[in-house]
Amino acid sequence: MKSAVIVFPGSNCDRDLAVALELITGRKPAMVWHKETELPEGTEFIGVPGGFSYGDYLRSGAMAARSPVMRAVKDAADRGVPVIGICNGFQVLTEAGMLPGALMRNAGLSFICRPVPLRVENSQSLFTAQYDAGEEISFPVAHHDGNYQADETTLDRLEGEGRVAFRYLDQCNGSARSIAGILNDSGNVLGLMPHPERVVEPAHGGMDGRRLFEGLLETVA
Amino acid sequence: MKARVFITLKSGVLDPQGKAIHHALEGLGFSGVNDVRAGKLIELDLADGTADSEIEDMCRKLLANTVIENFRIERLENA
Repeated sequence: MKSAVIVFPGSNCDRDLAVALELITGRKPAMVWHKETELPEGTEFIGVPGGFSYGDYLRSGAMAARSPVMRAVKDAADRGVPVIGICNGFQVLTEAGMLPGALMRNAGLSFICRPVPLRVENSQSLFTAQYDAGEEISFPVAHHDGNYQADETTLDRLEGEGRVAFRYLDQCNGSARSIAGILNDSGNVLGLMPHPERVVEPAHGGMDGRRLFEGLLETVA
Repeated sequence: MKARVFITLKSGVLDPQGKAIHHALEGLGFSGVNDVRAGKLIELDLADGTADSEIEDMCRKLLANTVIENFRIERLENA
């Protein structure tokens, strides 16, 4: 699988994601700087990593969402290329209008950094096919702005269309309906606050994130 | 010319920052505060003749996230 990881000034999980992708797909991803206007020819998967792009200026993800490379990412997503936005990447995708809603300051105002239990709500997506519906897993979170909010109509639509991919088992940041991750309407764009790339080998203390990338590899390659 | 853009959270959107400020005010003994909402003020120094519609466009495309925020533009004609 030919993957690309987008790098913004202030991204800091780009390397984690690259290491996980290389481990699981056997191929080093292309690291694509935000000033690029094109993705490498034949890119089959795009990762928008976590971090603090542009120092979270204005709003988390706001500046990154308007950077040149995001036009190419949007075009690729429109063509059906799978895109995952993790943590700051999720914020970037909502700011770019590729996913509905917004991520606001955690309700408790604290930065939270710990493994959290999640429930896989949809096991039919590109990203979650290797999990069982309702399965409980654990991914770490590390964020200050993970409080997912959208209007009631949008939330109802997300639930009704099976687009809530992951939900927190314990409310940790104030997210509406405990939403941890959502899919776009075509199902090829996933945004989530928890970090699957940080639980892919035994030394990480958990392996629950591995199947997300393995599932992708199986569908894409 | 200059313009000021006031960005506020839509009503109904939880404002944890405003809440914390509210608690801190109460902690200082200010008991008459009913609610606090925090927002942003952005000052723009613009070319003369910049149309209102263009400033609104700036707000919609970048300065405000209209999913959760409202904006209000104030033009300072003599600044």
